[in-house]
Amino acid sequence: MSEGNGGNGRPLVQLTAKDFKSDQEVRWCPGCGDYAILAAMQGFMPELGVPRERTVFVSGIGCAARFPYYMQTYGMHSIHGRAPAIATGLSTSRPDLSVWVVTGDGDALSIGGNHLIHALRRNVSIKILLFNNQIYGLTKGQYSPTSPLGTKNKTTPFGSTDYPFNPVALALGAEATFVARSIDTDKKHLTEVLRRAAAHAGSAFVEIYQNCNVYNDGAFDAVRDEKQNRILLEHGKPVRFGENGERGVLQRRDGAMEIVDTAGDEGLVVHDEHAEHSSLAYALSRLSHTPHGPTPIGVFRDVERPVYDALMAEQIETTRREMGEGELGRLLQAGDTWDIS
Amino acid sequence: MSKPVEKLDQVVIRFAGDSGDGMQLTGDRFTSETAILGNDLSTLPDFPAEIRAPAGSLPGVSGFQIHFSDHDILTPGDEPNVLVAMNPAALRTNIRDLPNGGTLIVNRDSFTDRNLEKAGYTSNPLEDGSLDEFRVHEVPLTSLTLEALKDVDLSKREAERSKNMFALGLMSWLYHRPTEGTIAFIERKFQARPEIVAANVNAFKAGWAYGETSEDFAVTYEVAPAQLPPGTYRNIRGNQALALGLIAASVKSGLPLFLGAYPITPASEILEDLSRRKDFGVRTFQAEDEIAAVGAALGASFGGALGVCTSSGPGVVLKMETIGLAVTLELPLLILDIQRAGPSTGMPTKPEQADLLLAMWGRNAESPVPVVAASTPGGCFESAIEAARIALKYRTPVFLLSDAYLANGSEPWLIPDVESLPEIPVDFAEQPNHEGGFMPYLRDTETLARPWAIPGTPGLEHRIGGLEKADGTGNVSYDPDNHDYMVRVRAQKVAGIAADIPELEVDHQEGADLLVLGWGGTYGPIAAGVRRVRQTGGKVAQAHLHYLNPFPRNTGDVLRSYEKVLVPEMNLGQLLKLVRAECLVDAVGYNRVRGLPFRSSELADAIEGML
Repeated sequence: MSEGNGGNGRPLVQLTAKDFKSDQEVRWCPGCGDYAILAAMQGFMPELGVPRERTVFVSGIGCAARFPYYMQTYGMHSIHGRAPAIATGLSTSRPDLSVWVVTGDGDALSIGGNHLIHALRRNVSIKILLFNNQIYGLTKGQYSPTSPLGTKNKTTPFGSTDYPFNPVALALGAEATFVARSIDTDKKHLTEVLRRAAAHAGSAFVEIYQNCNVYNDGAFDAVRDEKQNRILLEHGKPVRFGENGERGVLQRRDGAMEIVDTAGDEGLVVHDEHAEHSSLAYALSRLSHTPHGPTPIGVFRDVERPVYDALMAEQIETTRREMGEGELGRLLQAGDTWDIS
Repeated sequence: MSKPVEKLDQVVIRFAGDSGDGMQLTGDRFTSETAILGNDLSTLPDFPAEIRAPAGSLPGVSGFQIHFSDHDILTPGDEPNVLVAMNPAALRTNIRDLPNGGTLIVNRDSFTDRNLEKAGYTSNPLEDGSLDEFRVHEVPLTSLTLEALKDVDLSKREAERSKNMFALGLMSWLYHRPTEGTIAFIERKFQARPEIVAANVNAFKAGWAYGETSEDFAVTYEVAPAQLPPGTYRNIRGNQALALGLIAASVKSGLPLFLGAYPITPASEILEDLSRRKDFGVRTFQAEDEIAAVGAALGASFGGALGVCTSSGPGVVLKMETIGLAVTLELPLLILDIQRAGPSTGMPTKPEQADLLLAMWGRNAESPVPVVAASTPGGCFESAIEAARIALKYRTPVFLLSDAYLANGSEPWLIPDVESLPEIPVDFAEQPNHEGGFMPYLRDTETLARPWAIPGTPGLEHRIGGLEKADGTGNVSYDPDNHDYMVRVRAQKVAGIAADIPELEVDHQEGADLLVLGWGGTYGPIAAGVRRVRQTGGKVAQAHLHYLNPFPRNTGDVLRSYEKVLVPEMNLGQLLKLVRAECLVDAVGYNRVRGLPFRSSELADAIEGML
């Protein structure tokens, strides 16, 4: 299997973004952040170099889950929360395919939580894109597992009493080998993250802050618009951010990350995407629980670990080599048999 | 041997002891010996759900019944002729099934005050005359086993564990069973621990020797081999047959087998069996839950594999949403339900057949799924292949129903010739089927199946999903007339399978105006009951359904041609409801939900009652 589940890395010069648009009229609300993500993906696919017929998008239920209909590839719009499980079956039995899962904060973190964490810990070769808009859009405005405590909406008229998940921290806790976060309208950054995810062998988890302008408008404005809230993680570099890079992150003795005003790099945490242990990435992920203040974005973790699909294929190959190819007649006659004449 | 030999045409032996006593192993070995000798046989393992209940307790009793004969038999026997009871609890639980005059062999050493108390006895049945109507053989089993093992390097506790082998040796001697297979089995299974091999072999031989020398056993018994159709046989349990059938379907269709499953009694064994078959390219996936198991199988089918999942009732209910998705995606998917007693957790190791209506209608909205049911342990093989054939040809999920009795019960199986197995052609779409490109729901006019284009096929890229779609294009559609049409065409696709399956066969008897109709694992007991009735002059016909949805095309005509129809079921009347609704016949049921197969005598009585 070549690097990640990308293609041979050769851009398909004859295909453009347009070739990855299906003939279906896109039905998201005008102004929805999903348009931007779709455009980024369609722009990225030609560069990725995987033929359309070998690309599959699997989704669950939600606004995000309509994504496959708009991509001119193979696709399945399945059932709420179950896409990672379905994609696992597809990916492990078809190692030649590039399999993407498009999900949302409700689909992946509520009903789909179990399948998400197991796909990540198994390190199945699927790229999971979680469009986090902190709301249930398709069902018209109920709160989600990432909605901040106290959020008032249709089902929490007196304020949500659910403490929200931090999706990046959850993915790291679920043993994910690739974890990243980006923002719907930052096309350059999002495309780079997609590139990194596609190149990663094994599971890739990407949280994408996505604006639902109808039911939860502006949820991510603090990070989207204000540079002083964007902590851009870059491997090998000290973690600095701010209008003029005047703020930095250092790690306290108790392991937690702390934001400081600083002039130089001394004492600052140097980001290491490939650290063997996930503690560094996890500590960085705890810098913000909701995107209202300084929030880390970028690739938190990118490590190698045996890929589930490859392990499964290897066992079959090895067994066939050692035991020989199975032969049905021999199998049926195996064990204690006797003849009657 | 100088002791007299009696010829018998059939025997039913029940071994019963603690869960930790190795009764299943004993039963399995006696079964193997019996199979090698060439008797026809049928077995019924009867064990508790718990791994190891407290030693000597009533809930911890585990049993194994084997019926073997010199002619073809159909059931594991209504009641045992011989009961081997390893302890008081086993005696207490099973003695009521031993008829007067039956033979009782007990391990005398286990009838201690403590064990008697645990079994709820206030006096010792070996002494208080309560067993007078039986022919009782008190064997000092534990002490003789320990004596036989005194030179083997094992603790007393470990040595005691071999007493099941002593019992096996004794019974093997009593019924002239060949022993080489058992010795070879012991040597193979415990080869890493030679002292265990020695213990088991010595105990086995000691049991045999005890029979030879003890005056308590004055007669031995011979049961001649049965005249079964010629060929090569092996003993097989239903779950084993299902696993082999799935592999055969994979080979005959050319599609790789993908099994998604979650451990659940009584289906786990299929996952275990298939996980060892990587030499056939079988991919097994032990999922995080029942839903992921069926989801992964569906994903594999989407990619062109033969996707299968195995479970029992409590798991099948969890899978229903995904099965509904498979219905509307129109993808092949096999769902094997090894039924067990319910409701809810129920009795995990006991057979029942109460998931039929669940299989028929357990999804939201109109969501038709073909249903196939196996009727014998060996028949599970053919049923698996047939279920796969239907799923692949019609692009549909298919239920295959088995049950705990078929799963664990065994019988001799005539091994089929691989060449004789049906080919299962699979026609993947390779070319556009419409000027515009590829329409994923442009159906075959005969089968109504949609074309199956798998990812990787250039030019046929398409998207399918759970929303209602327009016929032909497959694009999401909320059009009212389209939905009505699609609901009907999906139903018609399944109904049309009737043209592609055999007609219902009837074992008719001249003059019979009563038909006994069954499905699933009741086949053997019903046939045995019918046999009994005919032997005493009663006239009765029998038919057994292997296809529950759709019914074979002549089913209604067959049922309506009899004045009376009796439907014995291990539920409260599920096939009964189907035949009454679909065929408009005033069928009646004979229903028992005891977690045990029917006895042929009770069915004979029920049939007689209707003549």
